[in-house]
Amino acid sequence: MRKFKTSSFFIEYAPYMALALLLVICCISSSGFRKPQNLLNITRQVSYSGIIALGMTFVIIGGGIDLSVGSLLALSGTLGIMTMLRIENPMTGLLVAAVVAFAVGFGGGAVNGLLVNLGKVPPFIATLGTMSIFRSLTLQLTNAGTLSTSNAAYGNLGGALLCRIPLPTLTLFVLTALGSVLLYKTRFGRHVCALGSNERVARYAAINTPLVSFWTYALTGLLTGLSGFLLGGRLCSISSTTAGLGYELDAIAAAIIGGTSMSGGRGSLAGTLVGVLILGIISNVLVMWGVSANLQDAVKGIVIVAAVLMQPRKKISN
Amino acid sequence: MPPENSQNLLELVDVHKSYGSVEVLHGVSLALGEGDILGLIGENGAGKSTLMKCLNGMEQVSGGRIIYLGSPFHATTVADAVKGGIITIPQEFNLVKDLKVYENIFLGNELRGCLGLLDVAAMRTRSKELLDELGAAVDVDSLVEDLSVAARQMVEVAKALSYSAKLLIMDEPTTVLNHDEVQVLFGVIRRLKANGTSVIFISHKLREVLEICDKVAVLRDGELVSFSGIEGLDEAELARRMVGRSPSQMFTEKRLPAADAEVALEVSHLSVEGLLKDISFSIRRGEILGFAGLVGSGRTELAETIYGVRRANTGCIRLFGKEVKLDSPRKALDSGIAYLPEDRQGTGILTNFSVASNVTLSSLKRYCQPLISPESEIKAAQGYVEAFHIKTPGTETLLCDLSGGNQQKVAIAKGLDCKPSVFIFDEPTRGIDIKAKSEVYAFINSLLKQGLACMLISSDLEEVIGLCSRIAVMREGALAGELAGDDISEEAIMYLASGVHWHTSH
Ligand SMILES: Nc1ncnc2c1ncn2[C@@H]1O[C@H](COP(=O)(O)OP(=O)(O)OP(=O)(O)O)[C@@H](O)[C@H]1O
Ligand SMILES: [Mg+2]
Repeated sequence: MRKFKTSSFFIEYAPYMALALLLVICCISSSGFRKPQNLLNITRQVSYSGIIALGMTFVIIGGGIDLSVGSLLALSGTLGIMTMLRIENPMTGLLVAAVVAFAVGFGGGAVNGLLVNLGKVPPFIATLGTMSIFRSLTLQLTNAGTLSTSNAAYGNLGGALLCRIPLPTLTLFVLTALGSVLLYKTRFGRHVCALGSNERVARYAAINTPLVSFWTYALTGLLTGLSGFLLGGRLCSISSTTAGLGYELDAIAAAIIGGTSMSGGRGSLAGTLVGVLILGIISNVLVMWGVSANLQDAVKGIVIVAAVLMQPRKKISN
Repeated sequence: MPPENSQNLLELVDVHKSYGSVEVLHGVSLALGEGDILGLIGENGAGKSTLMKCLNGMEQVSGGRIIYLGSPFHATTVADAVKGGIITIPQEFNLVKDLKVYENIFLGNELRGCLGLLDVAAMRTRSKELLDELGAAVDVDSLVEDLSVAARQMVEVAKALSYSAKLLIMDEPTTVLNHDEVQVLFGVIRRLKANGTSVIFISHKLREVLEICDKVAVLRDGELVSFSGIEGLDEAELARRMVGRSPSQMFTEKRLPAADAEVALEVSHLSVEGLLKDISFSIRRGEILGFAGLVGSGRTELAETIYGVRRANTGCIRLFGKEVKLDSPRKALDSGIAYLPEDRQGTGILTNFSVASNVTLSSLKRYCQPLISPESEIKAAQGYVEAFHIKTPGTETLLCDLSGGNQQKVAIAKGLDCKPSVFIFDEPTRGIDIKAKSEVYAFINSLLKQGLACMLISSDLEEVIGLCSRIAVMREGALAGELAGDDISEEAIMYLASGVHWHTSH
């Protein structure tokens, strides 16, 4: 059944209410949780996959999916650090490394976009393929090890606080705001929604649908590169085996929890941010409560399924 | 008033229906006997489709009773209704594009042979029989995606006929069919009637209602304003009952373009492999050229080629004397050609976009400064809502909550908002009521006056003849001839379209 007026209001704000409820419960039940430092830590922890989730939201609204982001994050972070290791001057090294990481991210995203739109490979398959490729390249480059740098500027940047807020957190929030403008206030955003709603209608309405789709992947790639660069700065190192592992699922889950429709056409970046925070808070509080680490993913899974169950769905007509 | 009948198949008593807090049916009472053919008419958004959805299990009534075969009837799913013998041909196609024709016809009702496996042979044969009965030359093995809109309509009808219905609901089955196809359909309806099947027939073509129905019910804003036998009624009376006043004249005096008007669109020797053969014509500023022809004669393909959706193999297109290369809709629109597609929900509008975002979908650039300004979008949409009397709670309402005819008006508005100099209309009045039709005609005329050049593709001969001073007739992907002025008549068009005349004279 389609839901109307009162219930649709409830559904639209469900993620926000869930976040509020979760915060209240966690703050009451755990004194460790409610410490400001812990709360800030959560936001930093989620920011890396969160930044990627913003791009993923565009991809999903446009009717696609990107499974390669986790591997691409490792690849761009690794190449960033490798660049840094070659350049003596810390400042120059930092700048050039940033450019390299962004470029690698963008390039990886562009490859996905080209495969999907020029090669007409279904997104799931195309990005499943690049997911393996990017990870494997990363392993090869580092001999399956961890790459570290002693560039102090990088470490300072990774741990930088602005008004006591970690840089990655700030980046996530600012990008959410910018992304919302992009989605709701520009032609590109409108075209992404049109593409995901009905590709044929969009094409007949003179929208260059392959190009729009390409940019959603390229944008996600760029954000992944940024995220990889920030993650590397956290400990001045990147592990080729574990960096970004499972981020694609976190990003997809966050978008879905935030109300983005898996079949495309509609979604919100504020919702995705809420989804990211909900996932982060749950992982954190489970530790505080002393729940076995083995069970944490089960709880996460329940949250994801529950969120989708609550989404308004198209009436199934026969 | 309802004729009393103790043998009623169906009785509606004070049926109410609300969507959320909005009530759209305010107490409708009707009765239908076995073998009755009931015409259901009313303006766009009057509640016809909604009433039918309450019968076929898509929606539940919010008040009142439905009595079917003598006992209270309560279908909560379409499957329930089908089990009870209530079959619907919906207003919007409900076919799976990636499945073949015969698979669609037996979807959910598959024939099975030994071991419970699908009996493909039987389904193909039966599908062929059903389509033959409808006189539709549709290959049962083609994908629905590749069919024309009229062929899809025939598949929907065949699908409904594959059940043995006690009550058959047809929600605007004739909007995309031409005269001959409608006659075949009527033959089928008469045969069903003889077998005791009752039919509810919804149409905006009043002439058809008068021809086929025994009774007629008129809905106005969710209320039943009249329910009577068809005897003694005429089109004007039906129209008066629908809109509450006498209808104004449909067509105004045809305008001929100024003698020195420049040629706006010139198409020469356009060919598309397997679809179009050597097509040439031209349209001047302020002129409207009609395109008539049978289903599959290539009119939509021609429109899509000019609009850049399809690639032409040979030939060229000139706009105001300049040759243009139109290989994408964007290029076509940028050079001033707009297109209103015939397949409303398939290519025309986005059902989960609001009225305002649909109107500005192709012309969004004008509303960016550089960010989209919602106020100006809403203002523009509001203008069309008023000009076309689009029945909607607001410009932010999603299109899926509008009635079919009102969706069509939004589709027209979307094309007009691109401010084109050449407009290709493909079945522009599909599913819109007579009042709105005359408004659209008046609007097209005012556009012509401003110097727009129009191409009008329509299966409604009356419409083509009423609007156009020149009519091109297509047959099998080629131009069969062009008629102008006094040469225009239904017979002349049908001769050219079917090729009968052409064969006898050679
Ligand atoms: N899902 C919905 N939610 C809210 N309102 C709806 C919904 N579906 C239809 N309506 C409203 O109900 C009214 C009746 O719609 P309905 O589709 O029954 O009209 P109709 O008589 O079939 O018109 P048409 O000739 O245009 O097909 C319209 O005003 C429409 O806006
Ligand atoms: Mg309707």
